[in-house]
Amino acid sequence: MSAKLEPIISVRNLVAKYGERTILDDISVDIFPGEVTIILGGSGCGKTTLLKNILRLQEPFAGSVQFWGQEVLNLEEKDFSAILKRIGMLFQNGALLNSISVYENVSIPLELHTDLSAELRDRIIKVKLSLVRLSEAIYKFPSELSGGMKKRAALARAIALDPQILFCDEPSAGLDPLTSAALDELILELRKQLNMTIVIVTHELASIHRIADKVIFLDNGKMLFNGTLQAALQAGIPEIDTFFKVGKF
Amino acid sequence: MNCTFQQNGLYFSGKLTAAGIPQLQREVNALLKHNTPALIDLKEIEQIDSAGVAFLDEIHTRLAKKGLLLFQGASPEIQAVIDTFSSIKLPVQTPEREMGWFEKLGDSAVNAANNFYQSLLLASEIYYYALVGLFSHKGQRKGSFVQQAALLGSQALPIVALLSFIIGFILSLQSAVQLKNFGANVFIADLLAVTMVREMGPMMTAIIVAGRSGSAIASEIATMQVTEEIDALRIMALNPIRYVVIPKFHAITVVMPLLVAFSILVGEIGGGLIAIGYLDVSLPTFIQRSIEITMLKDLVVSFGKSIVFAWAIVIIGAYFGFQVKGGAEGVGKATTSSVVASIFAVIVLDAIFSLLYL
Repeated sequence: MSAKLEPIISVRNLVAKYGERTILDDISVDIFPGEVTIILGGSGCGKTTLLKNILRLQEPFAGSVQFWGQEVLNLEEKDFSAILKRIGMLFQNGALLNSISVYENVSIPLELHTDLSAELRDRIIKVKLSLVRLSEAIYKFPSELSGGMKKRAALARAIALDPQILFCDEPSAGLDPLTSAALDELILELRKQLNMTIVIVTHELASIHRIADKVIFLDNGKMLFNGTLQAALQAGIPEIDTFFKVGKF
Repeated sequence: MNCTFQQNGLYFSGKLTAAGIPQLQREVNALLKHNTPALIDLKEIEQIDSAGVAFLDEIHTRLAKKGLLLFQGASPEIQAVIDTFSSIKLPVQTPEREMGWFEKLGDSAVNAANNFYQSLLLASEIYYYALVGLFSHKGQRKGSFVQQAALLGSQALPIVALLSFIIGFILSLQSAVQLKNFGANVFIADLLAVTMVREMGPMMTAIIVAGRSGSAIASEIATMQVTEEIDALRIMALNPIRYVVIPKFHAITVVMPLLVAFSILVGEIGGGLIAIGYLDVSLPTFIQRSIEITMLKDLVVSFGKSIVFAWAIVIIGAYFGFQVKGGAEGVGKATTSSVVASIFAVIVLDAIFSLLYL
């Protein structure tokens, strides 16, 4: 794809610790615009921690994280929110606000971060919900939705502000293969239409084959591989080979 | 970003994105007041996002009513974005009509009646198993009674003591001034004994227990319901009422009168301080009068009603716990409703007892 571009996110020598335990050890990653990057690895290898450290949901122990060439780790909250407005995140279980309807969940970022009039917001919300094929459940509450619908609603909320980067934490977790495939399709389609850069944490092999441009393979807090999926399969790293072999039917 | 009107057409140029839309919308609205364009030109648009498309759709819907409208000149990339985000073809949806005032009133009345009926059903089941449970401990874990008694009873002691002391103290203080006017100092003992034994002891204790243990019971059962633990118990062929509710029921039946006795005692101490310190009643007189005025009937009714309050608290807590709907948020709601309902029930029951055994 667009290989010669400036990286949109660049992580340098990131170290994360829980108390004494090192979760991430010296991770350096570049993520380029327009690509789907998949962070993979077994359970407990630090995938979600990496995501959370990049987004400052947890403060890294050491290292640097740059978005669009701007260092974010010491950024004031005001300046960091300007960056966050250009980012969407799909959480593992959706993380929809339970006390308000799906419509209002999607409405929140639009209401609080733009000055658009109510009619325009209404149109945007309904379009976003129809893009994730949730038109029939607009006024339902999160508790009335199935797991897959919750994730799609959360996706609609994540893309409410037309983000340039979308982070997804285990989008297929807890979904059946069909729903999970449909969600992957949806994410790919949205990338095409919105020209988004996408970072996905997953260990779903089917997903990886369907959507990955680049893969980052973590094992025990260390980065074993960073490159295209093809290269990963041919790299001859035993952990990666096992990972892909065991998952195959 | 810019917009001009010439020769029956609106010409947009620049970036049509969320940041600039509100300003542009005002300009366009002003233009549209006096003009009716038949043509929207998008040739000069460099960038558009979903807010921009929504804006174009808004113009479209508005002008389409007045006549033909032509969009033209969008580059393929811009057109692709427009096609993706266009809301023109979406089915019209409106939120469900909100209930009217009378509808809500009727709805809540029906709900309340239904709740009451359902909780009576649950109560009958609890009473049945409570009786059975006296003779057979099948389906209950060993030690659960003791554990619950400690949880519901002894851990409530400090707060019950503190509040009862303060209540006794305040009661005496407020009446002391009046009694002193009449020189009826010694009657402080009568007053205190009657109020503490008949009303304040049982009711304050019940309200504290409702807030403390009733909420704990409701949230525990609701959490178990939400996390499917109740279903797991059922599948293990255990009756959730016998396993979860009955130990609490037995425990609270035993500890509630003890808590009330304790509350009365501490309340008397709090009031006694005022009687002795402020009204110059001697300690032996105070004790003697307090004991004289307290009838056996008063004590029996007091402990009796405290047990009834306790049962109401457990049944209501269990009822709202089992009724929980919709995940973690439901647990909070169930807990709140159970506390409100059990305090209400305690006060209503207390009123009934007061009428029956004056």
